Amino acid sequence: MLPTDDLKKISFTRSIRDGDLVIVYERHDVMKAVKVCESSTFQNRFGMFKHSDWIGKPFGSKVLSNKGGFVYLLAPTPELWTLVLSHRTQILYIADISFVIMFLEIVPGCLILESGTGSGSLTTSLARAVAPTGHVYTFDFHEQRAASAREDFEKTGLTSLVTVGVRDVQGQGFPEEFVGLADSVFLDLPQPWLAIPSAERMLKQDGVLCSFSPCIEQVQRSAETLRSKFTDIRTFEVLLRTYEVREGKTESSQVEGGGSVELPPCKKRVRSKEANDTNGDSSTVMVRPCSEARGHTGYLTFARLRCLVVYVERLLKDKPT
Amino acid sequence: MSSSNLPSESPRNPRVAWEGCSVLLDINDGDRLVFARLSPASTLKIGNKSYSLKPLIGRPFGSLFQIESGDNGQHLACVTPSREEETEEMKEEQVVKDELRDNRALVDNNKAQSLSSEDIDAMRSQGATGDEIVEALIANSATFEKKTVFSQEKYRLKKQKKYAPRVLLRRPFTRSICEAYFKKFPARIGFLRVDALSLLLSFANVTSNSDVLVFDMVGGLITGAVAERLGGKGSVCNAYLGSNPNPMEIVRMFNFDDEICARIMRSPLTDLASSQVSNGEHEVNIKAQDEASEPVNMDEGPPPSTDQSSGLNSESIVSPLTKVLKCAKAGDKAPPEVVKSWKENGFTSLIIAAPQSDAWGLVKDLLPLVANSAPFAIYHQYLQPLATCMHKLQLEKMAISLQISEPWLREYQVLPSRTHPFMQMNAFGGYILSGTKICDVAHQ
Repeated sequence: MLPTDDLKKISFTRSIRDGDLVIVYERHDVMKAVKVCESSTFQNRFGMFKHSDWIGKPFGSKVLSNKGGFVYLLAPTPELWTLVLSHRTQILYIADISFVIMFLEIVPGCLILESGTGSGSLTTSLARAVAPTGHVYTFDFHEQRAASAREDFEKTGLTSLVTVGVRDVQGQGFPEEFVGLADSVFLDLPQPWLAIPSAERMLKQDGVLCSFSPCIEQVQRSAETLRSKFTDIRTFEVLLRTYEVREGKTESSQVEGGGSVELPPCKKRVRSKEANDTNGDSSTVMVRPCSEARGHTGYLTFARLRCLVVYVERLLKDKPT
Repeated sequence: MSSSNLPSESPRNPRVAWEGCSVLLDINDGDRLVFARLSPASTLKIGNKSYSLKPLIGRPFGSLFQIESGDNGQHLACVTPSREEETEEMKEEQVVKDELRDNRALVDNNKAQSLSSEDIDAMRSQGATGDEIVEALIANSATFEKKTVFSQEKYRLKKQKKYAPRVLLRRPFTRSICEAYFKKFPARIGFLRVDALSLLLSFANVTSNSDVLVFDMVGGLITGAVAERLGGKGSVCNAYLGSNPNPMEIVRMFNFDDEICARIMRSPLTDLASSQVSNGEHEVNIKAQDEASEPVNMDEGPPPSTDQSSGLNSESIVSPLTKVLKCAKAGDKAPPEVVKSWKENGFTSLIIAAPQSDAWGLVKDLLPLVANSAPFAIYHQYLQPLATCMHKLQLEKMAISLQISEPWLREYQVLPSRTHPFMQMNAFGGYILSGTKICDVAHQ
């Protein structure tokens, strides 16, 4: 998924190969991740697609089924992956993910600790942010879930950047080997305040912690725990409003005599360019918010480890000699 | 899980401020944000006095400084906050008492404080610290004891900000740089809020080893943010129209090393689009542009309306040495071999943030330069140009997965029994059109 070497990079010359992971795009809300295998086929409501027809085509190609239906084949990205991954838990979406990575100040080379792993939606984006020299250590107390996440990272080619551990971080804390080494810590746990003392020990001085919680009571308790050792404690809610664009034809008022009448907008793709040019009616592109939206995902609480003399000493001790 | 593959530390510790590095100074919990370049000669102006920034050199980021009186007069000194923890616990106990207190007896007659400003000046000249003045003010306030513990805390904080200002040493990152500009000069960055910027970087799949084409007319904020995510591998090309490169003075706020700076390039769109690579005739313009955009000072604009009482928002910093200790050169004209490689392979993604330009006008020229299946994201502070652009992209069958989104961001005050959203919020963070480029039909 990531351009860790030039062979994996998308380019004008890079074409789909046997064994590649592709995102089969039907519609913006109907997509599927498929591993290309020469002898295999892909079936959907438009018919049957032979993988062998896909090999050698560039990413971004439109491919046809035996019945003349079509899909697009896209190169996978963490954003597309978030839309196609199998939900084993409630997952984080792009608005929260982007904000978390920005606020945790993650750059290539960082060491990140995460718990729980869940379905690995955020983990995939964390891996992209720390690549190529950093690492994400992610923990989930659910053995099956951790195993499925591992399989997913295998599929998306992130195993060199992500290590999945089975561990009850609320009960046991993060492993001792990471004390003072984490640039940032992300918690998505039912009782995050139980894991905060451990997270505090793992962080480098001035390191940032984020806790994601759907309920304000969880935030309240976490913030109380954070106050003793952390500073810059800030809680946010971030949501996305999406818009739909349509082309609407506005008729001139000559026929009716009254004010101008707006016809109900018709779906954008239906109206062709020539239609606009030939007849005299003007058509306008109109935009409005989509009626349905995610109203709540969770609260994001960020905190920075307070810089004390102790941490400076710890740092000096850890310095390579 | 072994620790053998832990990333190794670079020779210079990036978590400790060094001489010549760019820092963000947060004065009084975000009331004022100032960028500075540390040198023994650089100073910070607080109130009507200048303080040397020398004590900040070699201190870890996250350190807190206060003004202290010493042998050589007043100077900035590192403090270890310890009092906060005590007050926190005290607060819990007093909440119960609080229910009996309210403001019914409070009369606004300006007589509550018995210390005059002359008294305070006298204390100062005798060498009293800011904290001592705050304590004296509290002791001489007739109404302080009658306040609830929360309004006592508010009172203390207000006085502390005025008489014992605190300076927090911060590492400049995309996040803090964007927040600082958004707070002071939102127009310079096209009103690009930090959550919108974070979305642009995600939508455009920016990661190490990618080649990102940007059209950055927001002062270099996008270019810098992309370079930060590249970490010295891959490239970011800031394309421009005509012969004048887009200014990118914000790139110098980041502490980029030479390796990262070398990945930041500029190129005229004509070079990227043409089949031939021109010679270095534009380099003169790039240099001229950089000189013109100097110096960068977050404090040169009008003071924010929120903080009139403290009188701290006047002039500030940027010492003569700032220019000498400039960071390594970023934004050179892309060499012909690099342009050639971009043309052969295509860019891996595209970000446009050009508040003054027509989105479609740029996209139709820039999108053909990116590889097939490459994601792109276009920022605009107005909706209609993006709607038109999205419609055109659909008609021309240039892209799929098209979506216009608008982020919404709300911050919360979280306090025991007093949690609620902030009374003031920013209501607009801009619009983003995102999508994925598909193969040209004629190409198949």
